[in-house]
Amino acid sequence: MSTRVDFGRRVMVLRRRNVAVRVEWRSVVVCAVLVLAIAGTAVLALMTGSFQLGPGQVISALTGETTGLVRDIVVEWRLPRVAAALVFGAALGVSGAVFQSTLRNPLADPGVIGFSQGSYTGALIVILVVNGTYWQLVGGALIGGVATALAVYLLAYRRGVQGFRLIVVGIAISAMLASANTWLILKADLDQAMAAATWGAGSLNGVSWGQVAFGGACIAVLLLLAALSSRPMRQLELGDDAAAAHGIRVSAVRLGLMVLGVALMATVTAASGPIAFISLVAPQIGRRLTRSAGITLAPAALIGALLCLAADYLAQHVAPTPLPVGIVTVILGGGYLGWLLITEARRRL
Amino acid sequence: MTALTLRRPVDPGAVTVSGSRRRLIGLLLALVLLLVLLVASVLIGSTSISPAVVWKALFDPTADIDQFAIRDFRLPRTVAGLVVGIALGVAGALIQALTRNPLADPGILGLNAGASFAVSVAIALLGIRDIQSYMWFAFGGTLIVTLMVLALGSTRRGQSPVMMVLAGLCVGSVLGGAGSALELTNPDAFDAMRSWNAGSVVSRPLELIWPILPFFAIGLVLAFLVSGPLNAMALGDEVAAAQGVQLVRTRILAIIALTLLSGGATAIAGPISFIGLMVPHVARWIVGPHQRWIFAYSVLLAPSLLLVSDILGRVVMRPGELPVGIVTAFVGAPVLIALVRQKKASGL
Repeated sequence: MSTRVDFGRRVMVLRRRNVAVRVEWRSVVVCAVLVLAIAGTAVLALMTGSFQLGPGQVISALTGETTGLVRDIVVEWRLPRVAAALVFGAALGVSGAVFQSTLRNPLADPGVIGFSQGSYTGALIVILVVNGTYWQLVGGALIGGVATALAVYLLAYRRGVQGFRLIVVGIAISAMLASANTWLILKADLDQAMAAATWGAGSLNGVSWGQVAFGGACIAVLLLLAALSSRPMRQLELGDDAAAAHGIRVSAVRLGLMVLGVALMATVTAASGPIAFISLVAPQIGRRLTRSAGITLAPAALIGALLCLAADYLAQHVAPTPLPVGIVTVILGGGYLGWLLITEARRRL
Repeated sequence: MTALTLRRPVDPGAVTVSGSRRRLIGLLLALVLLLVLLVASVLIGSTSISPAVVWKALFDPTADIDQFAIRDFRLPRTVAGLVVGIALGVAGALIQALTRNPLADPGILGLNAGASFAVSVAIALLGIRDIQSYMWFAFGGTLIVTLMVLALGSTRRGQSPVMMVLAGLCVGSVLGGAGSALELTNPDAFDAMRSWNAGSVVSRPLELIWPILPFFAIGLVLAFLVSGPLNAMALGDEVAAAQGVQLVRTRILAIIALTLLSGGATAIAGPISFIGLMVPHVARWIVGPHQRWIFAYSVLLAPSLLLVSDILGRVVMRPGELPVGIVTAFVGAPVLIALVRQKKASGL
């Protein structure tokens, strides 16, 4: 009887001059499938609306063969929203991946250090108290979120930052801000409060090309930085001591990675409100699909993009009344988690 | 956002630090504090009423307007603060022991989301407007979520804490999302839910509190019964099983107790989330990993935190008031931060 020797996972090594990249076959296949799924969903989203189009019309409008009304509908009206869903979803996925890897906690995301509540507080103040414009809202959300994250980090700092202390301080500050948010919503005029709560649920309503371009440029830079820092991330997953022994400056690297994760989340939140659950669930789905040992960035980004786009499609066209995308991501993410639990429980019987 | 730290090993240093005599003195101090706060809660309010009038209102009632304020407003809210605080504290201690997670609160199992969702349905779809009716929706929502979490999180070998927490996260987020969808598309429901979600003990008449008390009593007795087995389970399932602990029965009883306490508290006051996390966590720092002591301290400290917050909520914005659920976090969070900074080894 012949037995096959297991040489581990099949990998592909790309070499060019002095750069070598080692890629696992399974990851490549998974990513390719994801890209196809994203393209399909994107075409579907571009087709659907009060003016129904066929896939051929969409593609010819995108390639520039068609002009006139069809082109305007596809490129000017529907494409910004689709592009925003893709870019923001990818950013959220990577943001969660960075946090889960640095804190070595499968349920971590920038919300852990109070970011989401802080940006919501900033936005609520702009919407309800100052009654500000869109760009003031962006600024308020950014300042609120970043100031909160910074406050949590500094309050948790005592001869270095320890994961557990950071989480406790994050919970405490988040609880305070959540209370402040509840108070602001409670005191506000009903219409304004509902508008603010819709922003707080995370919505892609009224995204323009300008906003997508600005957000996209920020996110592109940040994603590049994230890709460059994937090696120290791998080391950090082994534990602080092991990483230090491998020559990683643990505190500095952790701070840098967390700043990166918060910056990604901040860009998305500023543009569209805190879209929940993608950052939490995308890295975990990615890990299960690629069966990799740690958190990998590329699948997390692609799944984040697909999830956000699909959720927005459902929120716009399938739900009985149009909903903010954040509500659908929460329901979908939760449902996926439930399905995962049931299948894993069956497997273990 | 919920952050989880699963399976924290028991801190061996904490077991020997404080003797039971020190714990007893601490417990007496906590009792005195609670009694002082109970009195203060009746005495202090947005209008100042002299202690003599308060005394008369309670023990020699006449039809005076100030006495009316005491009997119909301050007394019921003090009773509500006391029982809701006790229930939240013990429920938090149970969930932390059950999941072996020192940062868990009943919200982690999705119970609050279940209660909120049920109340949104009652308001948005059934048009129910008064709290005496929809409080039972809150209670029922909590029960149903518990059953769902048990069904999702159980395998044939029993319930693993990690699976239950994940099941809670899943059920909680689905119901939370569905609840927001209902509220954001229905202005009336949104308006009612924004004040219910804040968490308050104002205008809860005693007739609303009495029917919940039997559930609290059953919950507290069950919590006391499982405290011994939970101590053994802190050492791990295998060790506990070797000591003769019936894992499945203990978990089920603990979950029933947790549901009754948390569901009852939410039915009376709406979701007040921070107390159930913070008080048992701090109690564990004071007394070490002994469930009965943690329960005892939580029973006294949790209503104290709730009453302090409620009193502060009455005085900081006179003549207006802040709902207690909003003040709790502002009172509790700085204490928690100061404690976690002092603690040498919080351990993970």
